Amino acid sequence: MMRSVAWRNTKNHLMTALMLAATAAVLFPLLLIFVHIVKMGIDSLSVDFFTQIPKPTGEQGGGMANGMLGSLIMIGAASLVGLPIGIFGAIYLTEYGGSRMSAAIRFAADVLSGTPSIITGLVAYSLLVVPMKGFSAMAGAAALGMIMVPIVLRTTEEQLKMVPGTLREASLALGVPLWRTSLKVTLRSATSGVLTGILLAIARVAGETAPLLFTALGNQFWGKSLFAPMAAIPLQIFTFAISPYEDWHRLAWAGALVLVVVMFTLSLTARYFGRQKYRI
Amino acid sequence: MNNKVQLDQVNIHFGKTHAVKNVSILFPENSVTAIIGPSGCGKSTLLRSINRMHDLFPSARVEGRILVDGSDIYDKGVDPVSIRRRVGMVFQKPNPFPAMSIYDNVIAGYKLNGRMVKSEADDIVETSLKRVALWEEVKDRLKTNAMNLSGGQQQRLCIARTIAVKPEVILMDEPASALDPISTLKIEELIEELKERYTIIIVTHNMQQAARVSDYTAFLYMGELVECGETKKIFTTPEQKQTEDYITGRFG
Repeated sequence: MMRSVAWRNTKNHLMTALMLAATAAVLFPLLLIFVHIVKMGIDSLSVDFFTQIPKPTGEQGGGMANGMLGSLIMIGAASLVGLPIGIFGAIYLTEYGGSRMSAAIRFAADVLSGTPSIITGLVAYSLLVVPMKGFSAMAGAAALGMIMVPIVLRTTEEQLKMVPGTLREASLALGVPLWRTSLKVTLRSATSGVLTGILLAIARVAGETAPLLFTALGNQFWGKSLFAPMAAIPLQIFTFAISPYEDWHRLAWAGALVLVVVMFTLSLTARYFGRQKYRI
Repeated sequence: MNNKVQLDQVNIHFGKTHAVKNVSILFPENSVTAIIGPSGCGKSTLLRSINRMHDLFPSARVEGRILVDGSDIYDKGVDPVSIRRRVGMVFQKPNPFPAMSIYDNVIAGYKLNGRMVKSEADDIVETSLKRVALWEEVKDRLKTNAMNLSGGQQQRLCIARTIAVKPEVILMDEPASALDPISTLKIEELIEELKERYTIIIVTHNMQQAARVSDYTAFLYMGELVECGETKKIFTTPEQKQTEDYITGRFG
């Protein structure tokens, strides 16, 4: 009897140790990335980095201000189109959709979010860049939007499904039409969760490089318009990192640091919103 | 007396399930009619067809005629929303909007529809809350969250919210089954008062409750209407053996 208890305890410790090891194995790479990037990038961060555009080859200094602005503009434009489509699509799926149509949309969204982002970039290239005869920020934004839609759609759908049916019924029984109920009761009850999904989608596309390679192309100067090539942080990191110049490498590290910090902040904010309770 | 609501050979299907079979009932104006029957007999399903709540489920099919003031609410071209404004509903579990204040919950029907006239709001809130005998209890904390109220108070708030939009008929789906005896008593007293203004149809599986609050009773079993008539008669001299067995507690 005693032996079996001792054996059970040993097994317990063994399994606990194994799980701790697995946890550590998950956390270690994250820590490694963070520490390494901070170490390599922190020295090159300066006011110039946030205010200047890249200097010509050979000159010291310069920054990635154009890339940051470009990323903001393209993510903004992608969100402007992508978020409403994703959110309204999710409302359609949960509140209106017939079963077969919904299943088809859900499947399409899942396939789309599993599509390698470089393919999304190629599609935007052939649909927008080729007919318009030039690389443009708009094509970049379209590619990013295509990546955002399925993410937002699926997370919003999950959140809407969690809103208790009794709330919808309460509203409908008061003579509130279904579309108003969907927006004012269901969607609003799920606000915090939906915001979380939006932030995660933004965090995801903020770091995307591949879909911008053939669309926004990148730009060493300030982007002139939505119809001209535009810089973006991940693109600049890519270009600078494969260049042969030491100070461009440093800028790339600084860019990576900024990107990682932005993603970190977005994820933390998303978690904060995710914890909020229902609100109407 | 005028028949406010009339069910004429109503059949309700859910996919392959035939939930309500050929039911015809008359509901006189300004009276309380109780629909009783064992669990799963289709009484809630029947109730929810009277304000077209089944429209949300594509698999539900309602056949036959349901008349309110003589016109069929399932006619082509009838907007279910306009029906629901005339036929209000109170649910089994109190379901106030969780992040709204007591005040906002009462006028939720107006607010959510975006047709609130500010100057009338105070009035509507006060009359509605007085009518459900909740005013004295909450008048000093109208702006506090509705979820802080007790279950019984929440249910009366839900009734206030329903009558605030001035319906003609009120459907109640076991409105007291989630409440304690004292709150139940209050709801029952309230139903007695409300019938002066509204036609009330209440589903309950509590037979004492049906006997206490209703003028008429319909007994439903396995989706079929077994018997329907004045409550006093149903509970003292029922015509059907099944009704008697159910009322005396021999089954169900």
